[in-house]
Amino acid sequence: MSPRIKVLRKVLSPPIIKGFKPYGLQAGQQHPEVVNLLYEEYEALRLSDYDKLNHHQASIMMGVSRPTFTRIYGSALQKVAKAMVEGRQISIEGGKVYFDSDWYQCSNCHCYFNNPQKDIVVENCPLCGHDQINQFDFANESEDDHPTNCEDFCVCPGCGFEKKHRFGDPCNQQTCPECNHLMIRKKSTDPKKQKN
Amino acid sequence: MKIAIASNGNTLESTLDLSFGRCAYFIIYDSESKAMEFIPNPNRDLEEGAGPASVNIIASRNTNKIISSEFGVKIKPLLDSLKIQMIVLKEPTKTIQQIINMLNH
Ligand SMILES: [Zn+2]
Ligand SMILES: [Zn+2]
Ligand SMILES: [Zn+2]
Repeated sequence: MSPRIKVLRKVLSPPIIKGFKPYGLQAGQQHPEVVNLLYEEYEALRLSDYDKLNHHQASIMMGVSRPTFTRIYGSALQKVAKAMVEGRQISIEGGKVYFDSDWYQCSNCHCYFNNPQKDIVVENCPLCGHDQINQFDFANESEDDHPTNCEDFCVCPGCGFEKKHRFGDPCNQQTCPECNHLMIRKKSTDPKKQKN
Repeated sequence: MKIAIASNGNTLESTLDLSFGRCAYFIIYDSESKAMEFIPNPNRDLEEGAGPASVNIIASRNTNKIISSEFGVKIKPLLDSLKIQMIVLKEPTKTIQQIINMLNH
């Protein structure tokens, strides 16, 4: 592989804070050196212990091998423990990461596309120019949108494999049985759900 | 704006290839000048790493978007970090000419 392309780890979204500060330390006990938790280490903790994914699923989410995930996760735990025991600050920054881009689907030509230029709002299909596009909302697949007799399908953007969506199971936590890609929601063609 | 299309041949009648990393040709279409470049894919027969090697070719042409019917699992992180947009079109019968017509909407 060319050295021009670095291996990056996928982080769904940046953390909402820049770090943690200990309190209750006696004067003069403040440890001068902060512990630097890398973005990928934060993400490994989040996926594994907050979202409760197993290491296999989490490694796919981050686009790394399972041994690499386990190493990142181990390092994250060690740093958090060190900060707690030694009363150090934690700063969350740095690391070889990119923040994952979102998927959209065009209702006219049915292509899927992502938006790596996060600061630009997607209004038209990049292929056919149509303005009826739907975003796959990964993060907030709230249960209110899901009637129990859900007609939706999960679809694999890698190979096109489809399966019936199961209520309460976010698509992006399902891996494709054909190619191991993460699944996304295939929106039903119900016109009520489309943007005007 | 330059758009790469993963094609199974080097004519306008060729269709979308089933694989991005191992497609037969990359067609680089310049939507301003309407110029087209057909690049034979040297990574077709690579056992491993065809995807990243192909991303390299696309990135070296300053391409902004790629159209393919499939992208391997490791490709999205690379393309995201290079800010290259992925367009997944699940219509293997579409010809290159038809796709270019769509792009010229
Ligand atoms: Zn479209
Ligand atoms: Zn798949
Ligand atoms: Zn689903």
